Amino acid sequence: METTKLKRVDIIFAMEGIDPIKVVESTIKKDPDTIILEMIDSGLKGRGGAGFPTGLKWKFTRNEDSYDKYVICNADEGEPGTFKDREILDRVPEKVFAGLAICGYTIGAREGFIYLRGEYNFLLPKLNEKLVAFNAGMKKIGLDFTIQMRSGSGAYICGEESALFESMEGKRGEPRNKPPYPTVSGYLGKPTAINNVETLVYAFMISRIGVEKFKEFGTKDSRGSKVFSISGDTPKAGIHELELGMTVQQLVEEFGDGDTKAVQVGGASGGCVPRKLFKDTIIGYEGIPTGGSMMLFNSQRSMYNVLHDYLEFFTEESCGQCTPCRVGCQQLLKGIEAVKRGEKSPSYLDDLKKLARTMKVAAKCGLGQSVANPFVSIVTNFKEEIIY
Amino acid sequence: MNKYLVNLTINDIPVSVPEGTTILDAAKNLDFRIPTLCHHEDLCVAGNCRVCVVEQIGGKALTAACATPVSEGMQIHTNSALVRTARKTIIELLLSEHNSDCTKCYKNGNCELQSLAHEYRVGDHVFIDLVGTRKRVIDNLSPSIIKDDSKCIRCQRCVRTCSELQGVSALAVANKGDHMKISTFFDRPLVEVVCTNCGQCVNRCPVGALVEKTYVEEVWDAINNPNVHVVVQTAPAVRVAIGEELGYDAGERLTGKMVTALKRLGFDSVLDTDFTADLTILEEGTELLTRLKRALVDKDTTVALPMTTSCSPGWIKFIEHTFPEFLPNVSTCKSPQQMFGALAKTYYAQKKGLKAQDICVVSIMPCTAKKYEANRPEMRSSGYKDVNYVLTTRELGMMIKQAGINFQNLEDSHYDSIMGESTGAAVIFGATGGVMEAALRTVYEVVTGREVPFTNLNIVPVRGMEGVKEAKVKIEGCLPEWSFLEGIEVSCAVAHSLVNARDVMQAVKDGRAHYHFIEVMACPGGCLGGGGQPIPTNNEIRNKRAAAIYEEDAGLPLRKSHENPEVKMIYEEFLGAPNSHKSHALLHTHYIPRKRY
Repeated sequence: METTKLKRVDIIFAMEGIDPIKVVESTIKKDPDTIILEMIDSGLKGRGGAGFPTGLKWKFTRNEDSYDKYVICNADEGEPGTFKDREILDRVPEKVFAGLAICGYTIGAREGFIYLRGEYNFLLPKLNEKLVAFNAGMKKIGLDFTIQMRSGSGAYICGEESALFESMEGKRGEPRNKPPYPTVSGYLGKPTAINNVETLVYAFMISRIGVEKFKEFGTKDSRGSKVFSISGDTPKAGIHELELGMTVQQLVEEFGDGDTKAVQVGGASGGCVPRKLFKDTIIGYEGIPTGGSMMLFNSQRSMYNVLHDYLEFFTEESCGQCTPCRVGCQQLLKGIEAVKRGEKSPSYLDDLKKLARTMKVAAKCGLGQSVANPFVSIVTNFKEEIIY
Repeated sequence: MNKYLVNLTINDIPVSVPEGTTILDAAKNLDFRIPTLCHHEDLCVAGNCRVCVVEQIGGKALTAACATPVSEGMQIHTNSALVRTARKTIIELLLSEHNSDCTKCYKNGNCELQSLAHEYRVGDHVFIDLVGTRKRVIDNLSPSIIKDDSKCIRCQRCVRTCSELQGVSALAVANKGDHMKISTFFDRPLVEVVCTNCGQCVNRCPVGALVEKTYVEEVWDAINNPNVHVVVQTAPAVRVAIGEELGYDAGERLTGKMVTALKRLGFDSVLDTDFTADLTILEEGTELLTRLKRALVDKDTTVALPMTTSCSPGWIKFIEHTFPEFLPNVSTCKSPQQMFGALAKTYYAQKKGLKAQDICVVSIMPCTAKKYEANRPEMRSSGYKDVNYVLTTRELGMMIKQAGINFQNLEDSHYDSIMGESTGAAVIFGATGGVMEAALRTVYEVVTGREVPFTNLNIVPVRGMEGVKEAKVKIEGCLPEWSFLEGIEVSCAVAHSLVNARDVMQAVKDGRAHYHFIEVMACPGGCLGGGGQPIPTNNEIRNKRAAAIYEEDAGLPLRKSHENPEVKMIYEEFLGAPNSHKSHALLHTHYIPRKRY
């Protein structure tokens, strides 16, 4: 098991000596295919949580034969416990813009969009102001690429890429059937590369510091570092950029309050790691992948309440389109309530776990599919807390 | 375009299908039926009910068969353990939020969810009942359609029907998560929104969430009331579809048996809407010619052309909402149903020595919008409600079954008289293009003294299921009084499904299209695909009904409306001439501009 020691990294927020427009200018001297090869070689995977190799995503989009292509920055950061993208957009927006520009150049898109979570609209004036300068900068260096802001309206589901496209198109934010995937048919039915905020900044930084430097961090399957949103029972809540590949144990030792009994990795849709598994669980794509949310719970916390909150959240935030997610979430929520009240026997939890597993394979999109992650892990590891 | 063949296996059986084929259709090729709920042949793919999930070997999750195109080397299992568990769970989930009081449901026996529950022998529900926790709201304010959300399974077929086929979007999805529902503008009742009452949503609702408002009991009461003379009229499209309610395949012509059955049900007189369809042709044809004369001879620039038909009440409600500025273009003729009602309580009453208030007019219609139409305040020319009750084809089927009539063994019989005589021109009103064809048969002959120049009177360009059809008929050799039409090429358009009607009207509005006469039917295929017709519906079924309609026309001795002897008689005895003062009082109407919201 290849692991790293917990190590703080300063890539995302570093601004010293960096002129994003200049970096774009020097990057676009390279052939797009070269950039793609570098991205693939870097091992960079999507930092939104799903972990799709960024280089491949760009390659697929580049390979599509279409005059119109788009690159979209997914800043609909709605996952409970995740607040890194807000910080990135607030502190280093030009690096996000530059990442978009590099991606746009690479895949052949002339337009880029940042889809900003509705609750982050307070950032809009500042971002728009900076965009004017950045777009002018692109013109100056001769890159036919402009970025516009788009605002969400508060639906969690619109962070799902195809629901995000629907929302951008002015429609109800409901996930689409896949295939076709966004790289083939995304925004307005055109090939679209959609990347998380953090991913774009890493892509930009790979251009800046070079592939080799980036690859010095992380493990074989989880290259580089990652911005973590640490919350819960911790004296050090906040944003921390750490090297990938550490164990949950190492994280807890650094950030816990000495009484951590569980860590919810990846927000409400992620899995819950109980204390007994801390040592054996790697934070990374080979272990437990994450969009960066780390919620630490100490022994004072009721895991029933934690799960109940998550299920309430999913019940409300499901788009309601597909049966497994719409009805399944309600059943899981009402099911644990019934068990708690003694109206259903504890063995009903097994029926609910089966339901969660069906949701995982039969729901239309990632939302419904991932509800099983917290449900099964919490119910399995904290069964007593659910029942009594 | 040549399509490549894609090779895959389904349940280990190899199959080759053209690329782009869905797994669902590929499985059909191998005689594997994959259950569906949200899928409907007439509509775009939704992939949201998930009942059709199948297992793809090597895939991380299950795949929706309706929404996934085949790919080379795919290995699909449609009935693996994983699939069965998921499918059964999904059915159970649907049932947990569905008001499963099946025995009291209007759709009992014709419900796709009920069939699936039966097929999978869903026993005691595993899951918690969610129906009881919600407030049950039934929208029964519309005279046409009842919407009961407690039965809705949120498949969105109705939403897709309303937007894709009809371009109306009266129904849409509101809210998210557990509050997600099918709703209207600000959740107002259907009767207060842009709903055209076409009932296409009713035709496609897999469960009982959208059904017609039934008046069967009221009709039974009228029949059983010895003081009421109950007259029934049957629309052209009913006779080629009623069989589907009574165990026949689609496309069976059952006019004679249907008339016998209606007599056995106890109606005092069994008459035909086709009679007033013929009458419509004379009224509407005359109106068209008058408009043309005013435009061409009198150079009257206020004449509204093109003129559109007015038989379809769904279309009327649509244009009132969507293109109110074009209401002067709509023929002032009432629909055949309403002409019939007005005449039944005047002309018929007079001839039979009955009082209008003692007559109850019942219509059997392929349509739900006709229920709304009969309720319009304008439709009281006789001084009473001209048409008392409107039943759909489905409701007639219900009555026949309730009365215990062995329909298949019935002898044929003829419509009663008066107002029971009709021609082939009236029968084809039931198919898209039929009114246009009937009108052209008569108008051409009135103007030239010769039959319309198409083989066997079959005006093929206006037939068929294409969304918008166009035809041009050059008028040559006019009779002296119509010489102003000499050499004119009458330009016609035929649209069915309101989304096509909207395209045609938009083209007219933008000046992109120039027609003299436009036929619009609100429903796909015309009345034969109406919202009151037997369920299910699809293109194949509609084509069969259309074929039956044209067969019926071809087999009739009289095929031109102006040759209908009873129509001639009513003009001589009662109305005077087409568009006469009396005609205007009884057979014509006006329209109401409405808003989109």
